Amino acid sequence: MEAIFYIIKTMISILVVIVPLFLIVAYVTYSERKIIGFMQSRMGPMRVGPSGLLQPIADVLKLVSKEIIIPTSANKGIFLTAPMLMLIPSLLVWSVIPLSEYFIISNINAGLLFILALTSLSVYGVILAGWASNSKYAFLGSMRSAAQIIAYEIAMGFALVGVLMLSGSLNLQNIIYAQSGSLFNWYWLPLFPLFLIYFIAGVAETNRAPFDVSEGESEIVAGFHVEYSGMAFAMFFLAEYMNLILISILCSIMFFGGWLSPFQGTVIDSYLSFIPGFIWLSLKTLIFIFVFLWLRATLPRYRYDQIMRLGWKVFLPITFFWLTIIGILIYLEYLPL
Amino acid sequence: MNIELITFFIFSTLLIFTCIKVITSSNPVLSAINLVFSFFLSAVLWLLLGAEFLSIILILVYVGAVMVLFLFVVMMLDINIAKKTAAYIKYLPLGIAVFIAFNILIIYFFINTFENIDYNAVKNIEIISDSNTQNLGYLLFTKYIIEFEIAGLILLLGIISAIVLTYRKNPKNKYQNPTKQISASKKDRLKIITDLKE
Repeated sequence: MEAIFYIIKTMISILVVIVPLFLIVAYVTYSERKIIGFMQSRMGPMRVGPSGLLQPIADVLKLVSKEIIIPTSANKGIFLTAPMLMLIPSLLVWSVIPLSEYFIISNINAGLLFILALTSLSVYGVILAGWASNSKYAFLGSMRSAAQIIAYEIAMGFALVGVLMLSGSLNLQNIIYAQSGSLFNWYWLPLFPLFLIYFIAGVAETNRAPFDVSEGESEIVAGFHVEYSGMAFAMFFLAEYMNLILISILCSIMFFGGWLSPFQGTVIDSYLSFIPGFIWLSLKTLIFIFVFLWLRATLPRYRYDQIMRLGWKVFLPITFFWLTIIGILIYLEYLPL
Repeated sequence: MNIELITFFIFSTLLIFTCIKVITSSNPVLSAINLVFSFFLSAVLWLLLGAEFLSIILILVYVGAVMVLFLFVVMMLDINIAKKTAAYIKYLPLGIAVFIAFNILIIYFFINTFENIDYNAVKNIEIISDSNTQNLGYLLFTKYIIEFEIAGLILLLGIISAIVLTYRKNPKNKYQNPTKQISASKKDRLKIITDLKE
């Protein structure tokens, strides 16, 4: 009986996370088009609904009703599994993300490791999609993407090692608790270079501009998902935006205090205590999502060899150097603050 | 039957199934994918034993990095349909020899170890917290520090030797020097030609 109750409770909490998440993804695509439109002096979507607000719903309907075309010489099984392999890890990670002080689906001890392990899995979707399509463009795209993701994953992991060293815990709630105090106790201050590297590596991991060589349309049409249509394409699309939101929320958890209020430790804090932690977390996350979209509107695409150079020769040495400094500061008891 | 046992049976059956698929599938990419799944499933089995750190590291290192490179290489090869039957017969004696040797090793190990096992070895470990990861880290950096450092050195040697073995400087290689490229300025690239008649 207790077990059934537990399962139902977990199911409900999963639904509470997943259903709004899909809606958020839909409206992130809308806001992306609006924001980039604004930056390029255009209007963005305007026709469907008031100021284009129903556009994402129209897009979803269109994608669902389209036919999934499978190339004749493609490996059918892998061709259809690849989009799922892309989407599943990015959904799974949400099970350990603390959305507020009280709401987390599964508060596991090794949450940080779990996140690292799962984000490293999404590369399979890209590689297998590229291989199974049996197309030159798709294959080139997936090759580029695989090399890029592996290069940046290392820098990303090391950036999180800094967080681990300061908080002394792999549990995400404990990492947030360790940052409490004030705005200056958040880890962005002692770990500023690592934070920048984490965010940039996150952009590279999600294959977003300016690191979107895997789908560089000027060279290889649409990269790894060139042969996909309909719902199969929609899953890649969904996974990309899911990862975008994920990297944003992870940045705010690891370096910007998660659901902690930014006014902690000041006079205003007691007046603002009615605001739930979830609101603060969402605000921080929205800022990062905005930066993602901003980058896409502003920066030209990196050249492939420059991406690899940046990952291996710039980011990795900086993370090593900064981890050494953090280690020394912890040894001398200047850190954690 | 409790839920742990059910999970164990489901995942170990799947594990055996994927392991068989690794060696029987004719397509090397399919073999590699099945190997990925088998790593994943064995990570679940480790998780059932309570070794959360090891199981997640197994996924992170083997599934997330090593197998990606493996797939990367295998996909480059153009041997989609390997000559299956011919290879089977050719390598069958070798396979049987390796199989027998491994079995002898395993049986020898089991007979010897279970007789003279020191059951107190596990109990003597100092447990400093509930977290599996913290305990493991503590042990690695105190009791087993020398072994840990040696393992690190061996890995470093591996990296260096891999680079030494594969690095060949090709004089015909048109390598771009990024520092030179970045430091290029307007003056180097742009030449304004004034009209000579004026």
